[in-house]
Amino acid sequence: MPRPEWLAGRRTKEAQATDGAMWTKCPKCGEVLYRRDLAANLFVCTRCGYHFRMKAYDRIASIVDGDFTELGADVLPGDPLKWSDRRSYPAKLKSDRERSGLSESVVCGFASLSGRRIALGVMDFHFRGGTMGQVTGERITLLLEEARREHVPCIIFAASGGARMEEGMLALMQLAKTTAAVSRFMADGNFYVVVLTDPTSGGVSASFAFQADVIVAESKAMIGFAGRRVIEQTIRQRLPDQFQTAEFLLEKGAIDMVVERADLKDTLVRLLEYAAHE
Amino acid sequence: MSNNLIVERERSLVELERRIAELREASAAQPRDMSSEIAALEEKYQLILRELFGTLSPWEKVHMARHPNRPTSLDYIARFDRFDELHGDRHFRDDPSIVGGMGTLRGRNVMVVGQQRGRDTKENLHRNFGMPAPEGYRKATRLARLASRLCLPIVTFVDTKGADPGISSEEHAQSEAIAICLQAFSTATVPIVATIVGEGGSGGALALAIADFVIMLEHSTYSVASPEGCAAILWSDASKAEEAAAHLKLTADDLHRFGIVDQILPEPLGGAHRNARDVVTRTLDAVEAALSPLAALTPEILLDQRYRKYRRLGEWQAEGLEPVRTAR
Repeated sequence: MPRPEWLAGRRTKEAQATDGAMWTKCPKCGEVLYRRDLAANLFVCTRCGYHFRMKAYDRIASIVDGDFTELGADVLPGDPLKWSDRRSYPAKLKSDRERSGLSESVVCGFASLSGRRIALGVMDFHFRGGTMGQVTGERITLLLEEARREHVPCIIFAASGGARMEEGMLALMQLAKTTAAVSRFMADGNFYVVVLTDPTSGGVSASFAFQADVIVAESKAMIGFAGRRVIEQTIRQRLPDQFQTAEFLLEKGAIDMVVERADLKDTLVRLLEYAAHE
Repeated sequence: MSNNLIVERERSLVELERRIAELREASAAQPRDMSSEIAALEEKYQLILRELFGTLSPWEKVHMARHPNRPTSLDYIARFDRFDELHGDRHFRDDPSIVGGMGTLRGRNVMVVGQQRGRDTKENLHRNFGMPAPEGYRKATRLARLASRLCLPIVTFVDTKGADPGISSEEHAQSEAIAICLQAFSTATVPIVATIVGEGGSGGALALAIADFVIMLEHSTYSVASPEGCAAILWSDASKAEEAAAHLKLTADDLHRFGIVDQILPEPLGGAHRNARDVVTRTLDAVEAALSPLAALTPEILLDQRYRKYRRLGEWQAEGLEPVRTAR
């Protein structure tokens, strides 16, 4: 996958260093993959089809036509609870920022997809497990508000462990805030698509992620409300491997479709065409 | 042996309570004036009460919020002028961990919805310890929409550890049920007043707590996750719940400071269950007082206010750190 120009300078040195690693081992089949081949294959194992978790900017580059104008990048997280356990919360944010090259768990902005202007939000599990803090909620809200003003469709890629503990109730309130923004956006007749990626759970799945007009999930993604470990501890037995996979949710009627990453862009283009009133 | 800290602590009072009651009985039965002895004992009783419950840590408040005798949603609803329960999600099942229906409060017709835990073991099993399944949230969604259609203000009572984390709840799309419930309350065209009466655990609590006015009892708690859940998530060790409770800022004072809670209702020394009747009366007074000005607003103004109320949350920032601000 060629690296668009706007991606330059978006990554910290450390993140770029990881990009430079030559080989990556597939966690599923153990195949050692040449990093450049893996990227060219949209981070899907060329041997077994395992979908690696994508970094936000890689995801954006894999979807949009060219340019991507970021929104809310200057809205940055604080430390409302003055949280400190094994490490202080600002220290956790700092190391995640260096590791992921992101300033929060979501990147939002506007771009074209097959010539059509879209609002695009992409969550990244590499930053605080994709958890939703105040700024995550704020950026998604800004995105939906701007998309509503412009009357353009919105696509959000979800990947999250839920609400972020270290921001306490102010994190939980982001469920309410994003819900309100989604509701207004949809009430005006705008089209809203969510792509659930591995993993999506907790407060994110229980708010803006499951409020979409069409819910797409990436193949084999783990999706649920409660985490697998919590459920296993509650019922005191092991869950079947299939439980909470995208395929499981499709069978239960909770989502619209399961799509392989290679087909994702074309699928989104078709969905936008159906909803475009042309 | 109870696993509730507060219940354990109350044991030391039981003997004293018994002696006071005995003295009162004896005093009534014989001519000798025993009022000074009774007064002395009662003074001692109050002293111990203050010692035990005068100041409560966040973790102690978590236990107070979970106290088996703490008034539950149905105890509040029982004191409405009248109430007719409405059941079911119209798809699959009636979830007894959420109760709801139409009623009259101080002469005003309302829709009421609340999470309902059990008041004893048998009822707790029936009500799944107050942890709603998707069917419960779908019932709440249905009632919120009905309330908008009938122009009935919505009164909610929040009391849950969290949404049910079980196999069947996942199979029935718990996430979707909560997400849509949030949307139903967010877009309801009638006033909503929510009261956190016990434990407010995570998204499962918030589903009934998106409101124009939020009241919280002094010793109730409301948090992003239960302390046990938070400890499990952060440190893979649920036994560190007490430490998590101290971090989470889950008390009424904390949440009032953040602007998440609009009003705190004081509780009697030792908790709401020590004078449940009075607590319920004052709560319903406060609900009515909050509803009254909201009922005068047009749906447009109401929705706009509600939007801005939640829109604001997220601008909060700590001093000396990079600012959190909105781009508007």
